[in-house]
Amino acid sequence: MSAAPIATDMIIIGAGPVGLFAVFEAGLLGIRCHLIDNLDKVGGQCAELYPDKPIYDIPAVPRCTGQELVDRLVEQCAPFEPVFHLNQQAQALTHLPDGRWRVSTTADLVLEAPVVVIAAGAGSFVPKRLPLPGAEAYEGRSLFYAVRRMEQFRGRRIVVAGGGDSALDWVLNLQPIAASMALVHRRDDFRAAPDSVAKMRRLVAEGAISLVIGQISALEGADGRLEGVVVRSPQGETRLAADTLLAFYGLKMELGPIADWGLNLHENLIAVDTEAFETNAPGIFAIGDICTYPGKLKLILSGFHEAALMCQKAFKICFPDQKLIFRYTTSSTDLQKKLGVA
Amino acid sequence: MSKLYVTDREGHEHVLEGQVGWSVMEIIRENNLDIEAACGGCCACATCHVYVDPAGLAKVGEPGPDETMMLDEALDVRDTSRLSCQIKWTDDLDGLRVTLAPKF
Repeated sequence: MSAAPIATDMIIIGAGPVGLFAVFEAGLLGIRCHLIDNLDKVGGQCAELYPDKPIYDIPAVPRCTGQELVDRLVEQCAPFEPVFHLNQQAQALTHLPDGRWRVSTTADLVLEAPVVVIAAGAGSFVPKRLPLPGAEAYEGRSLFYAVRRMEQFRGRRIVVAGGGDSALDWVLNLQPIAASMALVHRRDDFRAAPDSVAKMRRLVAEGAISLVIGQISALEGADGRLEGVVVRSPQGETRLAADTLLAFYGLKMELGPIADWGLNLHENLIAVDTEAFETNAPGIFAIGDICTYPGKLKLILSGFHEAALMCQKAFKICFPDQKLIFRYTTSSTDLQKKLGVA
Repeated sequence: MSKLYVTDREGHEHVLEGQVGWSVMEIIRENNLDIEAACGGCCACATCHVYVDPAGLAKVGEPGPDETMMLDEALDVRDTSRLSCQIKWTDDLDGLRVTLAPKF
């Protein structure tokens, strides 16, 4: 734990559409929010899985794309100045003696608040791992799913697997410092940016990169030290000498550490009441796709509703001495001041 | 009624009733077989990957361009690989056999 804990009113885990709308609803009640998300951007599945796909069932928005919805939610909650902590996963939850909760993240950030809201969708996005037998033994030593420090790979014999932007970016960035560089992809067609693909093809033509079409079928080596990668294609098997494998097969969603927080779970969903969407732990709420209750529908609009009701109870926890008055943004100058429009 | 035969990852075969207008992913999911289908069927992930039995391949047809691109995020992709959310059920598919691809 490097830095001092950050104290706030509400810690929201997940910066997807429901987490963002919770910031708005909380803001109207004077509740300040910090959000944690494992992606490098806000928007959750809308931004990561289907930014360009259409959504037709947001009330009063006949059609928008996933990214447009996110952009509008960010704009809507901006007056409340949410603080985003991206690229990190909420890791541990502790109940403090004063009744508040402490959440620590994989980036060693520590947050403390009377209310924690889990708006984590289907879990956090993490890289897909190679499902080959024995692959685990190489992870962190010879097999990586992300590059944190480029220098770590200087002088290494690298194989990069994948056909998207991450794969191509790291092939191009690491090639100058690697002892050798090979790119493995299942077909000779890449969905990465055309410019990156063109650069890669030039380097292949110059002999600086080997391009191997096929799929990784086995890893060779011992004690976590990789010696070779076997690539299978319809033409047969090729063995590439390598001490480092970087695999970029996209992201998947998994519940992660939340599963061990002692909350009531039903098949990886968090059970809540339908009055306040509170879990079995007082002050811990769950809203959006991650919560379950009789009749639950995994719709963004349901998450919005859950956020609004959750905030009513959260207010009482955050400000036990204050009386909550129900008001509309249309008529309340107090709310309009908070929104910066009056 | 038309039938869909699904082999799970343990090798057990399940006989499911075809539902015209549903996708193969939806038929599998609604029968509580273990298919993740993380994106809910909009061809934005590769977690409903199945192998289509060669006998049914012609009827099912080739994957579309979006689907081919998403299959890049799957592993052990074969000539018979399809994303099951992209196969719309018709009675013409009666007797189709698919196998759930490995999870990862």
